[in-house]
Amino acid sequence: MISIENVSFHYTGGPDVLKNVNLEIKDGEFVAIMGENGAGKTTLVKMFNGLLKPTEGAVLVDGVNTREKSVAQLSRDVGLIFQNPDHQLFAETVAEELAFSLRNFGFKEGTIQRRVTSLLTTLDLNRYEKSSPFVLSGGERKRVALAAVLAWDPKHVVMDEPTIGQDYLQKDHLRNFIVQITSQGKAVVIVTHDVEFVAECRPRVVLLSRGKIIADGPAAEILTNPQAVKQASLVMPQIASLMNDLKDLNPPPNIIDAYAAKGFFSGKLKAKVEARAPTQRR
Amino acid sequence: MPAIEAKKLSFTYAGAEKPSMEDINFSVEKGEFVILTGPSGCGKTTLCRCLNALIPNFYSGELTGELIVDGINVDGRSTAELATHVGFVFQNPENQLFSLSVERDVAFGLENLGVPKEEAIERVRWAMEATGILDLRNKAPYELSGGQQQRAAIAGVLAMRPSVLVLDEPTSFLDPKSAEEIVEIIAKLNHELQLTTLLVEHRLDVVSRYANRVIVMDNGKIALDGPPREVYNDQARLIGIGLPKVTMLFHLLRIDGFGVTNPITVEEAAADLRRLLAQ
Repeated sequence: MISIENVSFHYTGGPDVLKNVNLEIKDGEFVAIMGENGAGKTTLVKMFNGLLKPTEGAVLVDGVNTREKSVAQLSRDVGLIFQNPDHQLFAETVAEELAFSLRNFGFKEGTIQRRVTSLLTTLDLNRYEKSSPFVLSGGERKRVALAAVLAWDPKHVVMDEPTIGQDYLQKDHLRNFIVQITSQGKAVVIVTHDVEFVAECRPRVVLLSRGKIIADGPAAEILTNPQAVKQASLVMPQIASLMNDLKDLNPPPNIIDAYAAKGFFSGKLKAKVEARAPTQRR
Repeated sequence: MPAIEAKKLSFTYAGAEKPSMEDINFSVEKGEFVILTGPSGCGKTTLCRCLNALIPNFYSGELTGELIVDGINVDGRSTAELATHVGFVFQNPENQLFSLSVERDVAFGLENLGVPKEEAIERVRWAMEATGILDLRNKAPYELSGGQQQRAAIAGVLAMRPSVLVLDEPTSFLDPKSAEEIVEIIAKLNHELQLTTLLVEHRLDVVSRYANRVIVMDNGKIALDGPPREVYNDQARLIGIGLPKVTMLFHLLRIDGFGVTNPITVEEAAADLRRLLAQ
């Protein structure tokens, strides 16, 4: 569990980036942190593995205050995947990139090989095993960076903008993958602007605006709330926006995906056809 | 004269086993707004890199075929030479900005070209006005929000007066509201200046309303090419491109036997649904 208790933060001499933030993320939970550029999202997640320490308040990872552990120790517990994969990639081949931290952490060679092979498959990187990470596309480099962190099996995983440069199928894989690791009891936190991805995954959404949490709840509730969406410089997912345009038809609340919307409209259209049927028979 | 014309264009990166782009043939007329999309690794970025000769000048490999941009055969041209014909805007504006003020950043390319001072001042001012950042001209790029930074990056490219603008997922790093604003600016420039626009994008929900044409690449080849409404079909879905969610909704309704339209925006979908329910 990750607990953020009354956390405020400012860079030396700067204004408050986070203002009295309280947040509890349980094991196995999937949380999306959203909000405008500069809201403090990346600053907040950098607290989770101790890269930044709060100016006031405390961050506890599984009960331990992040002030009491080194970043290296905390990284074993909380794997952070940066927004820009080029900030973390450096090895000559993708396979070496994945093996690097495992060697550092002193894993046995057999274990290293097994983990690398399994991650290459899971993240659809097999064909690049021997390639340099730097010849890969942006989206592919992002997956290598993700695999490199997952290699040491951290207890919790934090991803900053994981969907940038990913096509629809890759996002689908990412979603399945997140479901799989949350079911192993890991907390997964993503920082994202991708409202359509969030509408498909339906995590718990924490909205951050100007350093404060302004809303916290299920995706379907938060992303259909016009005030909250506006305040955090988001836009509603297309389907939520469509339902909002058609509110006079009394759709059920909190519809944010195409399947649920189809259920509603298809039902209405079928009812119309049936109502008309007797007249046609006459 | 088309703004871009590619004939049998193929490229294989040095050391790669197969071509990243194979037998690409297409032409784009002046003033078109084209979305270039397709699964990751399909060759979109490779194609863009050819347009200003980053390939083959900075990426080695085997390039064959012919490419004409703004009337110039790019074969043998330097990337710098092409900068006044093709402007590039990247995902992350931070990679494109480095000066101490926005104004200096926007002027950077012109200074490099040796444009006379008076003309440079006029063009920088015009580019900042067109992107709505004139009041930010004395700020340092790091003082700007992400959306403002991306405007500054676009202004810097615009000052070069290119006739083709290539943007590689220019809104990925921006919050949705700023992303909308950037796409609107791009659409305005495209419309008012007849600036041929090639926009690489996965998030079709955000950009489709502005484009007259979508090119879908798959496995290094052009798989589909046409107006968005026609391209967003079953084949596009199977290639794995993420159709706008309202388009997807109508696909699902068709499976249930309702609706024949293919809306690509929320407004169109709302109007089509009202019509269907009133019939």
